[in-house]
Amino acid sequence: MFANQIGYYSLILGLLLSFLLCVVSIKDFKNSSKYINQNILFLSFLQLTLVIVSFLSLIWSFIKSDFSNETVFNNSHTTKPLFYKISGTWGNHEGSLLLWLLVLTLFIFIFLIKSREQPKKYKILTLLFQQIIIIGFFLFVLMTSNPFNYLFPIPTEGLGLNPILQDPALAIHPPILYLGYVGTSIIFSSSLAAVTQNYVSKEWGQHIKKWVLISWIFLTIGIMLGSIWAYYELGWGGFWFWDPVENVSLMPWLTLTALLHCIVVLERRASLTSWVVILSITTFTLSMCGTFLVRSGILNSVHTFANDPARGIFILIFLFILIVLSLGVFFLFHKENNKNLNNFFWLSKETSILINNWFMMYFLSVVLIGTVYPIFLDVISGHKISVGPPFYQKLIVPFLVPFLLFMSLGPRLKWIKSKIENKKTIIITFIISVMLTFFIIKNLTTDLLFYTVLVSAAFFLFFTTLKEFFVKRFNNISQTVAHFGFSLLILSILFNNFLSSEIITNIKIGEKYSYNKGEIFFKKIEERKESNFNSIIAYFEIKDGNGKTVELKPEIRIYNQPIIITSEADIKTTLLEDKFLVMNLVKGNEYFNIRYQIKPFMVWIWISVLLLSLGGLMNLFKRRYEKEV
Amino acid sequence: MKKKFNLFIIIIFLSFSFVIFYKGLNNSNTYTPQIIDKKNIPIFKAKDFNSSAYVDSEKIFKEDIFYVVNIWASWCVPCRIEHPLLMELSKIQSLKLIGFNYRDNQINAKNFIIEFGNPYSKILIDNDGILAIEFGAYGVPETFVIDKNKKIIRKFVGPLNQEIVDEIKLIVK
Amino acid sequence: MKFLKIFIIILLFTGFSQLRSDEKNNELKNKILKNIRCLICQGQSVYDSESDFAASIKLIVDRKINEGMKEESIYEFLRDKYGDWIIYDPKISKNTYVLWLLPLLLFFAGGAIILKKTNLKK
Repeated sequence: MFANQIGYYSLILGLLLSFLLCVVSIKDFKNSSKYINQNILFLSFLQLTLVIVSFLSLIWSFIKSDFSNETVFNNSHTTKPLFYKISGTWGNHEGSLLLWLLVLTLFIFIFLIKSREQPKKYKILTLLFQQIIIIGFFLFVLMTSNPFNYLFPIPTEGLGLNPILQDPALAIHPPILYLGYVGTSIIFSSSLAAVTQNYVSKEWGQHIKKWVLISWIFLTIGIMLGSIWAYYELGWGGFWFWDPVENVSLMPWLTLTALLHCIVVLERRASLTSWVVILSITTFTLSMCGTFLVRSGILNSVHTFANDPARGIFILIFLFILIVLSLGVFFLFHKENNKNLNNFFWLSKETSILINNWFMMYFLSVVLIGTVYPIFLDVISGHKISVGPPFYQKLIVPFLVPFLLFMSLGPRLKWIKSKIENKKTIIITFIISVMLTFFIIKNLTTDLLFYTVLVSAAFFLFFTTLKEFFVKRFNNISQTVAHFGFSLLILSILFNNFLSSEIITNIKIGEKYSYNKGEIFFKKIEERKESNFNSIIAYFEIKDGNGKTVELKPEIRIYNQPIIITSEADIKTTLLEDKFLVMNLVKGNEYFNIRYQIKPFMVWIWISVLLLSLGGLMNLFKRRYEKEV
Repeated sequence: MKKKFNLFIIIIFLSFSFVIFYKGLNNSNTYTPQIIDKKNIPIFKAKDFNSSAYVDSEKIFKEDIFYVVNIWASWCVPCRIEHPLLMELSKIQSLKLIGFNYRDNQINAKNFIIEFGNPYSKILIDNDGILAIEFGAYGVPETFVIDKNKKIIRKFVGPLNQEIVDEIKLIVK
Repeated sequence: MKFLKIFIIILLFTGFSQLRSDEKNNELKNKILKNIRCLICQGQSVYDSESDFAASIKLIVDRKINEGMKEESIYEFLRDKYGDWIIYDPKISKNTYVLWLLPLLLFFAGGAIILKKTNLKK
């Protein structure tokens, strides 16, 4: 009961604090002191605290199953396990907005305390721009998506949470993803601040880089968690569906990666300033755009939140205000750099990073156009089409070949002007990659020419970065690790694709099904009762070509509220392959339909993404080391 | 000068996008297939409900009148709700009702007919749903109106209501 | 050093052909099913969906493949019944020229800009 009040009024106070902060900051901006008014830090901390209090109140209401709160009623149930009652707090639209506010206020506060040596006016402007975003979200929550609405009479039971959301990976996926996704707001605000102060320089680059890295690492891991969840929860062993909600998280990742590389140029050579500012603006804009696309009901997807056009209109207007504001600031304040600095020699590190930008922007345009084009076409002509995986694959995969090659050669180039050293080694590595590829895949695919080219390029990057571990050792190791991780990612995905196989069949209890080299034995079924579902567990013994036997136990669960039947796959993971078994009931029959998949190198896909993030993490700490020296 | 030109282009593009997204919000995001041009009825063979013999589609739709195809099943709750309206339609001389019994158990279906009445001049069995797909249906109940040229001219997804029945009556006059 | 690496990798790739034979037809069928949207569970492909509609489509696709119908004709058949929406791969038609060409145009525009900005001599 009280929690509702506390939660709601904390939000109101938080909003009022935003206005107060703006007033105090503008005043402090005008006075001539070199140091920021300490009150500002205090007020920012207070605002963060209020949002935390509000967030905790909502969690408390969920834990207590307080159904007088409408959000809790819509998304929870007394029989849900405690862990999912808590994670259910941010698994819905209103609660997830509190998470947005939490990250927004947290990041600006940490920014203020970690930027003591930065110019005062720059810090204040960053705070002001961030407050514009924060105010927007406070208004959005209070006006259209209040998590603290009262229900009277108080229902005795809630509507429950969709069972496929009751999962550990999905419980932590939003917080981690948001730290990345929403974290790009600080990059947005500080870039705009830097532009107005003509502070887009080497020093600023060094300062903002850690924020870019932090957002990037969380965003990478957040996306990975979502894919892992989709892999074992959403059915048939896929992990990326080019679904609008997935695309919406990928787009800021692409621009953030491009931004990361541009910052490297900025802090060394003080050029590419326009790129840095535009990418900073674009990344957060894409985050907001993504929020619009998935919460407004404009798109058709399994992942979207509850549809509400009224909310959509609010976000749409808010989004366009931000775009107009940021572009306005850029056009008014951005000063073109010294012309000479921006003309690069064709064979240089700067150019290779420009080329990276070029490809990233291309991939971004494919994903963006693919996602929003059906909306445009529908509104203009009424014609409805679908844009799915084949579109993205056809436009992206071929371009991976030159991209991988550039990625292998780029890091070897020096700044300003370079020559290609060790031409012989490069050519030998290339030939080995092609020969190795041809030998391995000639029996695996009918599209031999195309895949030979693609896989060779991936192997070329693989061997090049592997060699750099030995040659460069700890010099720039974060880059080597990250690029190596990327090559491993492409190789894992490709080989997983070539080598995966599947059996679909109907089988009875006690029956044995023989396939090519092995046998599937349906041993028995057991029933089990949990607090909010009943399940049928099936025991299968699968003998593979080498005589080894594994036991797999897929389940069919019948949840009580809402009443939904789900299939839970059982997956046995080893470094070499995943064995994936999922089962479904066949209507009116004693048969069960099973899908058994062997997926080689599946776990390497996750390992390679972790390597990517590790590279980013290593760079984060390298900065600190370098500063101390 | 170049900057101003870029700015102008961007403003145009943003305004255009804003309008599109704004309008897009009001469109439904789920897809319902519409009839765009009038297509001929598909040619198929199906099992007769009563005689269990296979019949050709040409023989089913041979008369020079309107046909109304209705996809139904005994387990489908909205089908019960629309049934009295089907009985009403069956009394009209200028049309004949053809029923597709979709993914159903024959005994349950027979009981359904006995209990609620039989509006159909012919019932066909569609146990695997293939017949429904030939007609472009994807669920149950769905109803199609076929004109004298053997073309599908109207399609109704979901249970019939009085409005739809009145519209059908106008078409077949 | 390099040869050791290669040798290990080659070793890893033997023994992965357990389920590979009599897979060609299945591969084609699955490829097609993944390209068809389910009308009942509208966020899923027919391959992923367990709905009645998906089951019927799977049967029809199976039959048509066995009758020798080509992949593109199967898509045409379904588009004819349900509209373009039902196939994930957007057909190249006057409605989708912009969709397919715009990214490529942007790519070449980007390349042109880079060529302009970089010098062949310092």
